[in-house]
Amino acid sequence: MQIRAPKTKRAKRELDKRAPKLVENVKKTLILHGTKTSAVLNSVLTELYHLKRDNAVKFSKKNENIKPFESGGETSLEFFSHKTDCSLFAFGSHSKKRPNNLVLGRTYDHHIYDLVEVGVENFKSIESFEYDKKLAPKIGSKPLFAFIGEEFESVDELKHLKVVLLDFFRGEVVENLNLTGVDRVFVCTALSSKTILLMHCALRLKKSGTSIPRMELVEVGPSMDLVVRRHRLPSESLLKEAMKTPDHAKKIKNVTSDVIKGKTGRIYIPDQKVGDMPLSNNIKGLKRERREAKQNKESKKRKTESE
Amino acid sequence: MEGSSYQIDLGNLMAYDPNHHFQSIPSSRGELVNHCLEKGTEMVQAIANSLFSLPSTESRDGPVVKLPLPTTKLPREKHLPKPKPPTKWEEFAKMKGIKKRKKNKRVWDEQTSSWKRTHGYDRANDDRDIPILDAKSTDEVGVDPFAKRSAEKKERVKKQEKNRLENLKKAAKAGALPSHIQLAATALPITGTKKDVPKKASKDELESVAGMAATSTASGGKFDKKLPGEKPPKHSGKHRKFLPVVEGKGIGSKEKQQTEKILNQLLSKSSHEILDVNKAVTMFNVKKEKQRKKDKDANPGKSGKLKPNKKSFKKTSTKKKP
Repeated sequence: MQIRAPKTKRAKRELDKRAPKLVENVKKTLILHGTKTSAVLNSVLTELYHLKRDNAVKFSKKNENIKPFESGGETSLEFFSHKTDCSLFAFGSHSKKRPNNLVLGRTYDHHIYDLVEVGVENFKSIESFEYDKKLAPKIGSKPLFAFIGEEFESVDELKHLKVVLLDFFRGEVVENLNLTGVDRVFVCTALSSKTILLMHCALRLKKSGTSIPRMELVEVGPSMDLVVRRHRLPSESLLKEAMKTPDHAKKIKNVTSDVIKGKTGRIYIPDQKVGDMPLSNNIKGLKRERREAKQNKESKKRKTESE
Repeated sequence: MEGSSYQIDLGNLMAYDPNHHFQSIPSSRGELVNHCLEKGTEMVQAIANSLFSLPSTESRDGPVVKLPLPTTKLPREKHLPKPKPPTKWEEFAKMKGIKKRKKNKRVWDEQTSSWKRTHGYDRANDDRDIPILDAKSTDEVGVDPFAKRSAEKKERVKKQEKNRLENLKKAAKAGALPSHIQLAATALPITGTKKDVPKKASKDELESVAGMAATSTASGGKFDKKLPGEKPPKHSGKHRKFLPVVEGKGIGSKEKQQTEKILNQLLSKSSHEILDVNKAVTMFNVKKEKQRKKDKDANPGKSGKLKPNKKSFKKTSTKKKP
């Protein structure tokens, strides 16, 4: 066995950035496509990349051996996810059976966690919207989310799609938020039990009487209909493991700290049932021969048992 | 258009309306979009209401609020870091009750009587800087004490490396290997030396061997089933050049060239001339060029201008007799 450690401090820092941590980094997205893509799908992928500029990687080559829903077709995806350190991916492909297909997926420990396959319809790109350029949302700003429709709760596929979209566009989880940097919102409306309408809007804050500004939505970004085709939920064990939160301090029972006495603990001793205890064989009172005979019998018993 | 009881997750800046249902989807796209935008505006306003009423602090970029923790649980990207098992020394120290002591960055060096750093380049009390070692009664004659000291140090370093490897193996077994370290197996086969390890064949080697195996078949490898990704075999061998069938009246220029070449070869073989004129001419030209170059290098600037007399200002050794 040989120890392989990085030779430069910079390499070590890069490796430590990718290490598993208690509080994780922003999830990076990998955007790629299969052998055949349509014009619509190409623009969908590029616009997705623009929305997530800071933490996304876009591959331009065709990948013919990636089939996310098949058992063998995920190895390439997992390899790319490992190499680029991306835990979200968007895989686009186009075929007659599944036109404008987009597979949104998440990985856990660089293995496929879950997948949602959607078809993109009625796509409108960013260029087709006209708006005041001053309102354009900045890259990296934290978006607001508005999910409309009871189907997001009742239908399994849409429930899954909701969490996946939230994960995709959420960005960094921050504790302190600068209120002036709130300038975009994703509005997802459930149109039926299989289709949703996804819109990306900029926010315009207007003066109102109170300290809370009045919100106004201006459509800026891509707008598309997503039709859920297939989806794969994570397995139970994987789900449990991925949802684990770092241990909160375990409550220690029966320990109190007193100001005068210091740290005190209570010990509970179970009842000693004197009547039920078996007597020992090594009784001094028995005559020597009887004692020895008993001991021999026991050792013989043990020998036969072990054989 | 139900009552405004939205589920708001402030940590994620998300609002969800569970009571909305499309009785009938609006016929025109524009209407649908407007309807969604209206609903969206209401919900965003609801989020903003709760967001802007959080206690805010003033920073130079604007008001900053402290967001609560997100309520929708999303899966992690990587597993939770596992705690490192204690190393052998740590266990020993715990058992003995040894506590870590803070070491100074500079230590007094007796030899140079100065403060030097504890570790690294030019360190204090370095083993290699000791000039004199007192001989002890236990020392054998003929044993170099300095060599002995350096050998001992090497042993200590080797032992430390072995212990470090053991600790890392233990950590790797518990799944808590430090992220920047990898343990690579460098196992040799059970019998034999390093030479017996089969060398990995390179891509070109494999291709050439596959080609040889293919051509040794009865039909020269033309009808072999190819694996996906295998390239068709390259034609390696002599290529014959055939003259065009039709090229004009009588003997064509290409045929003329071909016959001329053959004739020249034949004639040159049977001719008794020792001198090959062309070769001689080229040799002469090359020689002349070389000579010209050499002359130019030796006398640069011989273009008619007057050259100053190059006198060397070196003092020749003239011995002055006292």
